[in-house]
Amino acid sequence: MLNNFPLWPVQASTIARSVDALYIFLLIVTGMMTLLIFICLVYFAARFRYRPGVPAVQIDGSHALEITWSTIPFLIFMVIFAWGALVYFKERTPPADATEVYVVAKQWMWKIEHAEGQREINQLHVPVGRDVKMIMTSQDVIHSFYIPAFRIKQDVLPGRYTVEWFRATKPGTYHLFCAEYCGTQHSGMVGDIVVMEPAQYETWMNGGSTGPLSATGEKIFAELGCSTCHRTDIQGRGPNLHGVFGKPVQLEDGRTVTADENYLRECILDPGAKRLKGFQPIMPTFQGLVTEEQVNALVAYIKSIAAAKGEAAKASASAAAPPAQENAQTNALANGSQVQ
Amino acid sequence: MPNPIPQPAMPQPAIAPPVERENYLNAKYGVWSWLLTTDHKRIALLYLLSITFFFFIGGFFALLIRLELLTPAGDLVQADTYNKLFTMHGMVMVFFFLIPSIPAVLGNFLVPMMIGAKDLAFPRINLLSWYLYIIGGVMMLHCMLTGGVDTGWTFYAPFSTNFTNTKIVEAGLAIFVAGFSSILTGLNFVVTIHRMRAPGMTWSRLPLFIWAHYATSIIQLLGTPVVAVTIVLVAAERALHLGIFDPKLGGDPLLFQHLFWFYSHPAVYIMILPSMGVVTEIIACFSRKRIFGYSFVAFSSIAIAVFGFLVWAHHMFVAGMSVYAALVFSLLSYAVAVPSAIKVFNWTATLYKGSIHYDAPMLYAFGFLGLFTIGGLTGLFLSALGINVHVTDTYFVVAHFHYIMVGGAVMGYLGGMHFWWPKISGKLYPEGWARLAALIVFIGFNLTFFPQFLLGYMGMPRRYYDYSHMPEFQILNVLSTAGATVLGVGYLLPMVYFLWSMRYGKPAPDNPWNAAGLEWKTPSPPPTFNFDEEPVVTWEAYNYDELDSPDKGAPHKEEVPVAR
Repeated sequence: MLNNFPLWPVQASTIARSVDALYIFLLIVTGMMTLLIFICLVYFAARFRYRPGVPAVQIDGSHALEITWSTIPFLIFMVIFAWGALVYFKERTPPADATEVYVVAKQWMWKIEHAEGQREINQLHVPVGRDVKMIMTSQDVIHSFYIPAFRIKQDVLPGRYTVEWFRATKPGTYHLFCAEYCGTQHSGMVGDIVVMEPAQYETWMNGGSTGPLSATGEKIFAELGCSTCHRTDIQGRGPNLHGVFGKPVQLEDGRTVTADENYLRECILDPGAKRLKGFQPIMPTFQGLVTEEQVNALVAYIKSIAAAKGEAAKASASAAAPPAQENAQTNALANGSQVQ
Repeated sequence: MPNPIPQPAMPQPAIAPPVERENYLNAKYGVWSWLLTTDHKRIALLYLLSITFFFFIGGFFALLIRLELLTPAGDLVQADTYNKLFTMHGMVMVFFFLIPSIPAVLGNFLVPMMIGAKDLAFPRINLLSWYLYIIGGVMMLHCMLTGGVDTGWTFYAPFSTNFTNTKIVEAGLAIFVAGFSSILTGLNFVVTIHRMRAPGMTWSRLPLFIWAHYATSIIQLLGTPVVAVTIVLVAAERALHLGIFDPKLGGDPLLFQHLFWFYSHPAVYIMILPSMGVVTEIIACFSRKRIFGYSFVAFSSIAIAVFGFLVWAHHMFVAGMSVYAALVFSLLSYAVAVPSAIKVFNWTATLYKGSIHYDAPMLYAFGFLGLFTIGGLTGLFLSALGINVHVTDTYFVVAHFHYIMVGGAVMGYLGGMHFWWPKISGKLYPEGWARLAALIVFIGFNLTFFPQFLLGYMGMPRRYYDYSHMPEFQILNVLSTAGATVLGVGYLLPMVYFLWSMRYGKPAPDNPWNAAGLEWKTPSPPPTFNFDEEPVVTWEAYNYDELDSPDKGAPHKEEVPVAR
């Protein structure tokens, strides 16, 4: 048992390094505070223990001391706060060109679909050194996608997308846990994150794929008859969806929102909620008619026809195949961390 | 305040009374004299019996949880049973033990006495509080015996509203009813502290125990209605399918979390503030000193109560909230840490140049200081957004809140029970056993919960009944389970020797610790109306210099030969 008795979790992502650095800083700071208090307690307790004939000396207090021991901890707290916030912003801001993976959680499994079309259950294969962004939703209750080795966690909610990202730095197999209690087999909702060398990953990716997710989405788009209104050649009864994703759109009620994944999802499932300016409320809801996976495919398709034009095309191209030089660099980093 | 009720013509006893004085315990006999009493001291004892009962039920669940986690495989109970065990452990301990513990037992007993009043402002409402608690408790027991609940004590929607088929509505109603008990106790304390202080008992002369209870009562009054509303909404969605929390019905699951934590975060302060009050009294008495920075300790209680209402969403940093909201709640969480730090520093400074005695209550107070410090400082980790993402919903959180709510609140409660036991029962408990129990609790507690910090940072999630996927976590779990056994022994000991002392303990003098405070200026146990004459306060709180000065009589040690 002692052979596998670690006291520190594996550090396998770029974020893990930032989190661990802050954690070590906090261990030192709070360790010093604890030591200060405990030394005072023990010293006072021993030095001022009851002795017959030696009365206690009454002291009312000291404003100077009160101000000192309120201000200094407060300033230290502010440093911790700011540092913690910086790490959090990094955790919560996926890079624009990250590879996308769709995650659908249900009691009690993780269904994962790569943008390239690979499907997995309770497993996620990713290459080392590449930014991976997970777009996640739940079919039933709240779950939470937690990878301790990457120090990341994000609740997965029904009815909307939440996003989480990482860049793995070290090949290996790591735990995937559901961290939000979700019922009977909550503790069985676990899996593996398999981080591979890019070459191995390409081999894995090319085996058994059913084509990219956006192609599946295009098929569904045609089958459900979306394309009769959302025409791609001329303006139909519904908006032309080319180039919509990621752009601000104006709504009928005057608001302007960004057409992100959550917006597209809402438009499919509840079209009346945020209707585009200039269009009639004629689109039916697809709530209950499409599965979460199909919604993901549709979203991936609409994103792909936005990315097909202009600079977005470049971004997706570089995400799909990072330049060789960058790869070499990240490999070196990964090897370096292994040596440590 | 005039004293309209003249004391009955009772012969004032001489120095050594040949017969027992009339007191609140022997004033009347029979079951109904207890069940229909409006005496705050008797109601305190009713609470003591009932919360002890629930404490051991909750503790039994905890023991089963720890036994299940001894091995990675889920081999002791079924998954559903385990889920019910941790749910019931949380609900029983939070709503039926910790929240009522110090306020309803020690607060009930001491608040009127400490301010020189005959009773609480509304004695019948006080009795009603206990009945509401008991009704809620019986409903909870019924719910447990007929199937229980498996959502965790947090009731997260939509799992609780549309997915589990366990007894959500029943458990919710039990908490709803018990919640009114808590609200009424808070109301009673606020009115009593405002209106019934003895002549001369100004706000700045109040014992800090009273300040702590005042702050607690405000939270109970303002926070508890919100959880009541939340329970009603859960029941409405569950029973009537109104779309409130479940997105499938058009609701928002984050709304539930906001409502739930708006009460349940301040509820942590309902548990810890009274304990801080207890520890303040003990430290002053056993270091024979006025509390260092009285007004800072008093107002830090109020500050904790106020700021405590502004930090609830720090439970939701990974829940899908906006990053900017997270930023605000993280900042405010650090703000609430400052008054807690002020308290710890003032307690420590009080020891400086004191004349420190190591009786059992003081050992519990030292235990409190150590455990609360660790619990508080690990709160800094959790408030740091970047770290929170990794450790939230892991054993790190479990360890953190047990350090506060068990290490802090229960240590304080036990310290207070020892400190005031002579007053409550009129008997002295065996000091040696009490010191031993304090030591066992301290060691057992750390052995149980410290390994959980390590488990948490390594990534073990909460509420896992089976960790065969990650057997590397076993050794720390074994340590934790071993510690829980030690802790269980530590908790059983006081119950045994308190009961023993009621029959065999030596009679307690009126003021065995030579402590300051009005509750010590009345007989042990006190008469039904607390004071034979209405006290008039002419001294400041914690006037230990006067109590210990040679011209005022014998110093501390020689006056109390019986206690040691």
